[in-house]
Amino acid sequence: MSIKAMEAPELLSLNKFNVDEEEPHIVLDKKICAECQDKPCLVVCPAVLYKLDKNGEISFDYAGCLECGTCRVMCKKKGIVMWEYPRGTFGVSFRYG
Amino acid sequence: MSEAEKFNAIIIGAGPAGAACAYTLAKEGKEVLVIERADSPGSKNVTGGRIYTYALDLLEPGLWEDAALERRVTHEQIMMLNGDQAITVEYSNPSFNTEGQMPQSYTILRAVFDEWLASKAEEMGAMIACGVKVDDLIEENGKIVGVKAGEDDMYADVVIAADGVNSFIAQKAGLFADIPAQNLGVGVKEIIEIPSQTIQERFHLKDGEGAARMLLGCTEGIHGGGFMYTNQESISLGCVFTPEEAARNGKQVHDILQDLKMHPAIYSLIEGGKTVEYGAHLVSEAGCRGIPKKLYRDGLLVIGDAAGFVINTGYSIRGIDLAIVSGIAAARAILSEKSAGPAYMAQLENLKLLPTMKAVDGYFDVLEIPRIYGVYPKLAVDMFGKLFSVNGEVPISIKKEITRSLKDNKLSMWQLMKDGIRGYRSI
Repeated sequence: MSIKAMEAPELLSLNKFNVDEEEPHIVLDKKICAECQDKPCLVVCPAVLYKLDKNGEISFDYAGCLECGTCRVMCKKKGIVMWEYPRGTFGVSFRYG
Repeated sequence: MSEAEKFNAIIIGAGPAGAACAYTLAKEGKEVLVIERADSPGSKNVTGGRIYTYALDLLEPGLWEDAALERRVTHEQIMMLNGDQAITVEYSNPSFNTEGQMPQSYTILRAVFDEWLASKAEEMGAMIACGVKVDDLIEENGKIVGVKAGEDDMYADVVIAADGVNSFIAQKAGLFADIPAQNLGVGVKEIIEIPSQTIQERFHLKDGEGAARMLLGCTEGIHGGGFMYTNQESISLGCVFTPEEAARNGKQVHDILQDLKMHPAIYSLIEGGKTVEYGAHLVSEAGCRGIPKKLYRDGLLVIGDAAGFVINTGYSIRGIDLAIVSGIAAARAILSEKSAGPAYMAQLENLKLLPTMKAVDGYFDVLEIPRIYGVYPKLAVDMFGKLFSVNGEVPISIKKEITRSLKDNKLSMWQLMKDGIRGYRSI
């Protein structure tokens, strides 16, 4: 394989993750998100985990989270009601960093 | 609880700041516990990146010699991009790679480096507990006396927050609020594996030598820039953006990095390589204006990225060295047995960290000039294009070309002069 432009899921598949299936570390209140006009999370999340579904509602999956915190600091309406680091040993493990 | 169960210090985070602090304290016989949420130190961390070596030598003379580092940076490069064109300026200095002398800086990978540095602290006697997340602080009579992690309570004379840019511990301690978005950059980066020999050929490097490249004009005009560091057998390629401008711009930050990767002047350097990791991280961009007013309270000190210790001058970016220095400063303050908070601030002055950050404060104003990220690189590339064009026609004077280029880019000579003066005054 040589160098090519890659979609986010393909890039994330290269990383090592240990997903915490029991406790999500980021929780949204989608009612608040529905009222947010700007939705900066759609653009600034490096992992592109925030998307709009068919109904124009925010869909989000914490599984590929790189734990940077950008969505939290950019969330204007505070639809992200909880943003914590995953529990110990869970989440992304960079092998290079 | 008996005194025997109490540590002299609990350090939250086993990055360079935490590990340097633990190393210094443990070496003096203190009982130190470092709590790290990752499986191994460094595996939650991302750098550009490079480390300026003096900090390791301050921690322990000669320590750099067996450190887990990548390449000695001998080639400093600045690249400006526009469309499919590029200008590269290179400063090379072979003396940065003199046998027996400490090189000024090295490229590094954090998962490797942080693990190594933490192991050195462990050798000194510090205890490193990995895979444990600190959930909260324990406060008694207005003093921080320990930490809570799950069901466990652990106590210490002093707690040190070395938990990185998001700095939740300092927030829990009520020292400062969440960082404002305008003080931050979001960095995205790919690690691209390429054989060592190929890297050396493409960047004109000898064994062990490395290149560090800053890129301008690759962020769609968004306040930010790109970077490229040659590691031993990989290249770190990435960009950093202010998230607010990125949000206004509307293009995925991930896509901007993909465009940069495919730029012909970049592609030729990474061709045949293989992306093996994709990382992202926040970085403080506000320099000394981003340092919170208070970095301590009774029983708690804040060090490293958590304290906002990052310098970005546009041509060099420093954070890991400052993290290590701040870790040493905190340790020395604790060892001095004076009141730890004020002693820590005095050490930050003494070890030249705060004076250094103040000295380069003006760069923040230069980097606030929005034209640096779009129009100016474009103008520079345009002018070089004109200089190197020969087509048999009678050339018009360079003076006229400059005037025309300024007009094409909707810039006035007055604006250019104003920015020049502002830039000169700020540095």
